[in-house]
Amino acid sequence: MAAVCFMITMALYFVATMSFLAYLLRRSEALSKVSLGITAGGFLVHTLALAAQMAGTGSPAQPSFYEALSFFSWMIIFVFLVVEFRHRIHVLGSFMVPLALVSLVSAAALPETVPTLQPVFKTLWLHVTLSMLGTVGFAVAFVAGGMYLIQDRLLKSKRFNVLYSKLPALDFLDHLNQQSIVLGFPMLTLGIVTGAISAEFTQGSYVSWNPEQTGALITWLFYFGVLVGRLTVGWRAKRAAYLTVLGFACVILTLVGVFLKDRGVLS
Amino acid sequence: MHLIVVGLSHKTAPVEIREKLAVPESRLGEALGRLCTYPGIKEGVLLSTCNRVEVYSVVDDVEAGYRRIQQFLADTHLSLSSEQLTPHLYWHTGDRAIAHLFRVAASLDSMIIGESQILGQLKDAFEVALGNKTTGVIMNKVIKKAISVAKRVRTETKIAETAVSVSYAAVELAKKIFSNLNEKSVLLVGAGEMAKLAARHLITQGVQHVRITTRTPQHAIDLAAKFGGTPVPFEQFKNEMASADIVLVSTGAAHCIIGAGDVERAVEKRGNRPMFLIDISVPRNIDPAVRYVDNAFLFDIDDLTQRVEQNRAERLQEAEKAERMVVEEVGVMIEWMKALEVTPTIVALRNRANDIKRMEVDKALGRLGHLSPQDKELVENLAASIINKLIHRTMVTLKSEINSSNGLAFVEAARRFFHLDQSLSHEPESGRENDRPAYLDPISSDFEDEEQESPLHKRGR
Repeated sequence: MAAVCFMITMALYFVATMSFLAYLLRRSEALSKVSLGITAGGFLVHTLALAAQMAGTGSPAQPSFYEALSFFSWMIIFVFLVVEFRHRIHVLGSFMVPLALVSLVSAAALPETVPTLQPVFKTLWLHVTLSMLGTVGFAVAFVAGGMYLIQDRLLKSKRFNVLYSKLPALDFLDHLNQQSIVLGFPMLTLGIVTGAISAEFTQGSYVSWNPEQTGALITWLFYFGVLVGRLTVGWRAKRAAYLTVLGFACVILTLVGVFLKDRGVLS
Repeated sequence: MHLIVVGLSHKTAPVEIREKLAVPESRLGEALGRLCTYPGIKEGVLLSTCNRVEVYSVVDDVEAGYRRIQQFLADTHLSLSSEQLTPHLYWHTGDRAIAHLFRVAASLDSMIIGESQILGQLKDAFEVALGNKTTGVIMNKVIKKAISVAKRVRTETKIAETAVSVSYAAVELAKKIFSNLNEKSVLLVGAGEMAKLAARHLITQGVQHVRITTRTPQHAIDLAAKFGGTPVPFEQFKNEMASADIVLVSTGAAHCIIGAGDVERAVEKRGNRPMFLIDISVPRNIDPAVRYVDNAFLFDIDDLTQRVEQNRAERLQEAEKAERMVVEEVGVMIEWMKALEVTPTIVALRNRANDIKRMEVDKALGRLGHLSPQDKELVENLAASIINKLIHRTMVTLKSEINSSNGLAFVEAARRFFHLDQSLSHEPESGRENDRPAYLDPISSDFEDEEQESPLHKRGR
């Protein structure tokens, strides 16, 4: 059941991605409605799939990397739908739906892994959920930052093309960037804290400097810097956009670290 | 009854001719009154703007109508003769006249396609005509339809969505930098016309804080009062730049008055919040190097013009959609007008049949005095039934054929067969490019010919 639902979800996200990318290049409002409809359909099936999986495995105490990525892409679509509903910025879909698709596809492409850690402490799912929520925040910030840089470039070079007319105002993108970091950062902080606590229970120490933990700490420090810089010395607009795009690279590296740890290559 | 239009526009006549024909609003009523004194003119609306002077009219006879309206136009200005006008005029009737009106109302015939002024001007012209009672069933219906077509075009196409004036292009760009202009502040440097216009647009879009600086302090104070802003001494405006989100510059200075360094400092002071600078002055007043300053977005007159050109091209694409809508709506209108013509024919036919029946029954009953009342009724019913059966098919055919291509021919035929004496005169739709009146054609250009023909038309009616 869950597997079939995931396949359908992936197919729908794929079609939605294609349609949203076509929307990017064409002046057609109808296309955005179609894309949005497909995305919403995909989201519903995805929700079903996640529910079925939860029911199937019984306890989500030991989420696999696959489940975490799937949850991540579900959250991305969720955030997109919320922002879309509030601000009607269809073009956001052209950036966020592909991101969700990529994460879902990479989840499916990765070999099925079983967590090597056997936590006695029942909060591993909490750690994974919180960390993933933080990651979602940074992903949205990454998308907003990317869109900001594109729009900034188009405005500076005075290329008033289709993309220019579709991208929202610069200050909206900057605001979205700030909001998603402000929301994502505490989530990551809590995720790291719960992770450290569960590590203490399973391995006897809070920090063991494995790639996952190292990556997480670097990411945390990076975004801490971004946030403080914005609030104190005016690291906003273009600089904030650059930094969040760069920051997302840290996030990806951390996820790779998590994956390596999960496979037991490094521990 | 025919709807015709005779007029000239920026496409056919130079301004020297247009300005002579233009009727000021105060004299519209009088002009309309004069128009309707011409024989054969049933209804009239006069549309006079700086780009066009057009007379829409409902007339009994197309040719005579054309001639009279041309004469009317020539009469509005003493130094113009009817012949002088001929090369600048266009004449349309039937579906072409309706299509022309719809295109004008939807701003497809305007100098700047999609501009919204013309619709207001048409509404005003219609109001005046209504006030002077120079419109009737047909004109009221057609003009109201034109207004609704124009609204449909506005809502269903993007024809009026983008900026096509330099000052409005500035607003459009501002909206790509600031999503909400309400709490933004504008600094107006200098008092160039275009900058003032742009500032006005920004204010209508919600900008509340306006500061104004000009070299002459009094000028700034006057302008500030006009815009509801605050004047700033010219020497200090650079210090004020940091708190302005939008800087509009248009002075007569022959050199740059704002350097890249000034902007850099302002942006830094603003904590890197984006800043939008518009330089509408020639020669430029803002150093072009400002475009290398992060978070400062500088646009000069050429950038704005480029945007306007692009938008115009987009509007042309949208205009194609609008043209299709016009064709569709003209069809609807023509249907209505045809129905209008068939109804009086049917009524006349029924009246004629009843008259004949009445006459014959009375004649017969006069001789059959011995009949009982029941028998008299029977005779009457018999006559009624024969008459009704006889004209029934004709009426059904008329109603069904009226929408076909030769519907009008059926109406004409029915009128002739049944001697509905006031026959409608229908010229066959000619394939002429412009519905140029026949009296201008070489063959029948002889004015006397026309004069002789007119009474014939009248007798025909």
